Amino acid sequence: MRVSGTVFRYGDNVDTDVIIPARYLNTSNHAELALHCMEDLDATFKDKVRKGDIIVADANFGCGSSREHAPIAIKESGVSCVIARSFARIFYRNSINIGLPILECPEACADIKAGDTVVVDFSTGVITNKRSGNTFQSEPFPPFMQELIQEGGLANYVAKGGIA
Amino acid sequence: MTQKILAKAAGKASVRAGELIMADLDLVLGNDITAPVAINEFPKFGKETVFDREKIALVPDHFTPNKDIKAAEQVKAMRTFAGDHGIVNYFEVGQMGIEHALLPEKGLVGAGEVVIGADSHTCTYGALGSFATGVGSTDMASGMATGKAWFKVPSALKFNLTGKLNRHVSGKDVILHIIGLIGVDGALYQSMEYSGEGVKNLSIDDRFTIANMAIEAGAKNGIFPVDEVTLGYLAEHCPRTPRIFEADEDAEYEAVYEIDLSAIKSTVAFPHLPSNTRPIDEVGEVKIDQVVIGSCTNGRISDLRQAAAVLKGKKVAPWVRALIFPATQKIWKQAMNEGLFEIFVDAGCAVSTPTCGPCLGGHMGILAEGERAVSTTNRNFVGRMGHPKSEVYLASPAVAAASAVTGYITDPNTIEEA
Repeated sequence: MRVSGTVFRYGDNVDTDVIIPARYLNTSNHAELALHCMEDLDATFKDKVRKGDIIVADANFGCGSSREHAPIAIKESGVSCVIARSFARIFYRNSINIGLPILECPEACADIKAGDTVVVDFSTGVITNKRSGNTFQSEPFPPFMQELIQEGGLANYVAKGGIA
Repeated sequence: MTQKILAKAAGKASVRAGELIMADLDLVLGNDITAPVAINEFPKFGKETVFDREKIALVPDHFTPNKDIKAAEQVKAMRTFAGDHGIVNYFEVGQMGIEHALLPEKGLVGAGEVVIGADSHTCTYGALGSFATGVGSTDMASGMATGKAWFKVPSALKFNLTGKLNRHVSGKDVILHIIGLIGVDGALYQSMEYSGEGVKNLSIDDRFTIANMAIEAGAKNGIFPVDEVTLGYLAEHCPRTPRIFEADEDAEYEAVYEIDLSAIKSTVAFPHLPSNTRPIDEVGEVKIDQVVIGSCTNGRISDLRQAAAVLKGKKVAPWVRALIFPATQKIWKQAMNEGLFEIFVDAGCAVSTPTCGPCLGGHMGILAEGERAVSTTNRNFVGRMGHPKSEVYLASPAVAAASAVTGYITDPNTIEEA
């Protein structure tokens, strides 16, 4: 499975309060959450983001609250993948559980700039920056996790007999 | 210690860091923000009902008493789900308290137990020697359906505590000091394990506060050894026999930090990260608009007593709104009976019913553009308490109370006691 998209580039410690401010958490509606995605960090994100785009950030992406609304808002915005130097652990878990692919790759993060076109191959873990021509190797998802992502998350995966 | 608890819960003799395990859960928690998402997911797991109707806690505490129609609909979904599945531990407004103060008080968490909660501050219960960690809504739904959760066994950081806290210094200052030392990802994916002769000098409320903010260092959990203080608390609150686990003498740690409690000063975290800390004597002149005393971090009775000791006979500065949030109904009543409300109200503070409200910018104390708050809560991210251009300074109840009096961030030792 491969995705390709334009990069939105952010820094260290992007927290769940800027990904989806708590003032919008009075709903569980995915489309409504996406309308406010990244609002307090990058107010233009929601208008600029296109299906397939990629978020690249530095260390500790998704720190803070356990709100699953954060990866939900990102996924619902059309983002195909988040690449960061590191992720906060609850965000990491939540992203996998809802089927949002996320990759840790400090080397790729050092190379990738805002607006770059990046291609990610989930089966090999290879990240390619079209602008620089550089490729980077991240830890590929094991087959079960690729399947889980394709099913759209843990619940569907379990329902289809994914965990015996 | 964490590894031993997880080994037991996974039915194994031992586990090692990095190992993936499936563990039995003693409690699954959700609130009015996270539970509705879990409830929507629940049917997808294909189970008719929950794994154990006594081992799930649903606490509508974030936007309650319902702040608007949408919030009311969310709580209604929780109430309906609790009714449909006969969930015993659903706490309606009137019995509700802030989840991480309420659950230990109700005896729902005991030593050596394994708890997941769809709230990042679930790690609070490590104060009682349990393994408790925050998860998301899908994990909560899966936990409600199966009574199990998968974990990657964390490696551990050891914090060896010595000495005793100085006057007006409390658990909040200890954890802010530690986060300042190791950073907001200093314990990423790891367990923060406390030990040493200094532990006995920390009250159970101090320990709740310290364990509560483990997540602010990126940790999976924070955990204290079980001692006489813990057993005393559990004897009063929890009917189950404590499961006591101790760290081995030769346990492996990724790093060991020596923390002398007597050397810690009142500590303030400046915007916009909990690790952006300064000791109180290096704060400088910071004028404030609001003070919040409460939350799952600092809304317990000893927190309110510390604030009251500073505020007694004083007045809140005329340009400051001082808001007090006892964390549970029991704490509220206790504070009332002890005369703390009289002190607060005479000083010009507003006392609220329990809610998480202002901590996350939900309701009951939102900041306007450019406003600053000193808050005993746990996060000071951009926009956390309101406008994206407002600021939150994290501090202890004593510092918050002293700051309310002067209108500037203030060392409580400079306030003369009445």
